[in-house]
Amino acid sequence: MNGFTTLVARDLRLVWRRPGDVAVVLAFFVVATVLFPLGIGPQADVLARIAAGVLWCAALFASLLSLDRLFASDYEDGTLDLLLLAPWPLELAALAKCAAHWIVTGLPLAVLAPFLGVAFGLDAKSLVALAATLLVGTPTLSLIGGLAAALTLGARRGGALLALLALPLCVPTLIFGAGAVESRAIGEDFSTHLVILGALALVALATTPWAMAAALRQAGE
Amino acid sequence: MADLHFLANPARFRRFSQRVLPGLALTTVLALLIGLYFALVQSPPDYQQGETVRIMFVHVPSAWLAMLGYGLLAVLGAALLVWRHPLAALMARAAAPVGACFAVVCLLTGSLWGRPMWGTYWVWDARLTSMLLLFFLYLGHIALSRAYDDPERGDRAAAILALVGVINLPIIKFSVDWWNTLHQPASVARLGGPAIHPTILVPLLWMAVAFLLLFILLVLLRTETEIDRRRLETADQLS
Amino acid sequence: MAPALLEVLLLEVEGLACRRGGRRVFDRLSFTLVGGELLALTGRNGSGKTSLLRALALLVRPDTGTIRWQGTDVQAEPETWRGRLAWLGHLDGLKADLSVRENLLVAERLRGGGPAEDRLDGVLIAFDLASLALRPVRTLSAGQRRRTALARVALSQAPVWLLDEPLNALDQPAQGAFRAALAQHLAAGGLALAATHADLGLPARTLDLP
Repeated sequence: MNGFTTLVARDLRLVWRRPGDVAVVLAFFVVATVLFPLGIGPQADVLARIAAGVLWCAALFASLLSLDRLFASDYEDGTLDLLLLAPWPLELAALAKCAAHWIVTGLPLAVLAPFLGVAFGLDAKSLVALAATLLVGTPTLSLIGGLAAALTLGARRGGALLALLALPLCVPTLIFGAGAVESRAIGEDFSTHLVILGALALVALATTPWAMAAALRQAGE
Repeated sequence: MADLHFLANPARFRRFSQRVLPGLALTTVLALLIGLYFALVQSPPDYQQGETVRIMFVHVPSAWLAMLGYGLLAVLGAALLVWRHPLAALMARAAAPVGACFAVVCLLTGSLWGRPMWGTYWVWDARLTSMLLLFFLYLGHIALSRAYDDPERGDRAAAILALVGVINLPIIKFSVDWWNTLHQPASVARLGGPAIHPTILVPLLWMAVAFLLLFILLVLLRTETEIDRRRLETADQLS
Repeated sequence: MAPALLEVLLLEVEGLACRRGGRRVFDRLSFTLVGGELLALTGRNGSGKTSLLRALALLVRPDTGTIRWQGTDVQAEPETWRGRLAWLGHLDGLKADLSVRENLLVAERLRGGGPAEDRLDGVLIAFDLASLALRPVRTLSAGQRRRTALARVALSQAPVWLLDEPLNALDQPAQGAFRAALAQHLAAGGLALAATHADLGLPARTLDLP
């Protein structure tokens, strides 16, 4: 576990030295969200109806933004080779990278989204559901995105290809995340959705580290 | 000096396919003719949908083959990653576009079939939406395998993707079904069509068999092409 | 920098062959290396020196052949083998936004090594990095970065050093510091394999890759 915490701490320290990278992702989230009322019109009932989907989709796109650098920076400066040569499992190293990504991307998005939800006319219960589902759902996005990043490491058109690979796999999380907020908005319970989101996160946790490690080893060949 | 390692298995495959292809092609054409006869001539028009129900005989088998195709990609991916079998990579490269085409045929026929019923070319029906997502997974596989200058790297990355994708397919299907029941009013006619009846089952199975043979035929043909292409690429690098 | 070892270390390579992109890069290489020996890999560019080093590090899967460390096949226990290695590749393996000191400490911890603060100052002085210790690596010159990378290797106390063009970008004083560290490593019973164009300046066996 020592290697795991060292790697997470290292990546967090690197982000701390360049806070602009995180700020850009969050700014994109806000801008992308704001585009929808501008494109569709500011009628309150329409906005309240689309709020859950728009916020979740924007969070999904914002999460993907920083992913193509997840392993690429290590690949380019040679530190990926050192991770491949570490005497502890590469699967843990990949998990550590995704954990750091979530802390600086998913977590702030979950905190920021409710403020934007207010602009869409969501009530307090729905805002809670929004924050809770993003909190449980964004780790899955970081894991799936991490896998897509590992698979496209060094590929041509890496960024667009990463999105093409990751987005279909993120659909279940999107459906249950946005569905939970909508469910809350019409006064119903969202605990089932939350449980399913948790289950999706566990499935991602069980499958993606192995796949990421396999993909990273190929990048090293 | 040419590297014989690569050529060993594919040469055997070529001999096998040369023997099998002519008979297979003939059988495929026969099966298609028989299936189409049953579908277009023998089976009765539906009392509700009229003649357009016959599109089902293309739509449903192509759905099955699209799903089977992705399963094949996963199996070939496992064969490549675990046993490093070079033919598995080439066959996966050959099979992915074929499976993707079946997915497209399924989507197009589904859209045409639904038009008289729904009034539009697309509604967000659960099965069509799932098939659309499967098509995207195919696109991802195809794009990833060709995204690297070193084709072997692309093959192995796509193999990993196929394995992850096949695990996700039931999850995606489940969540799209759930999403659909949540949003779709119950009165919209399902694309399932009428209940399965013997007069429908026989042509359906014939068409399914014919499509399966067609799938195998196309994959074998394209695998030969991929072997040739890989040989040319390797020769280029050696010279 | 490693303490003297009580047993003689032995690396045996038999029949190692590797293919890259369909082409045989090296074929049926065999050699043994004991503690205290330095093996210089020579050959033209593209002759497979880097591939050999990467195959020894298990970064690349060789087509055939075995690598044995102390009599045990390294493929049977890859994680243990990797713990015995210190790697210096073409790239420096340093994070540009971390300082020299931070880079060295993080790298050692990621290698699974214990706390290295006490050894760190000695290594910094040996490679003349003491005055640069707190500067972010991106502000250093190429030669200073290479020195930092070498310091990382020297800090590691790993018995086997795998070095790819270690003298690249180094000026004379830095080359001297590297030779001293390498000599110390060999004297303590360690092994080293170095792919190099230049003369390493230490007694070495050579393996020429055609």
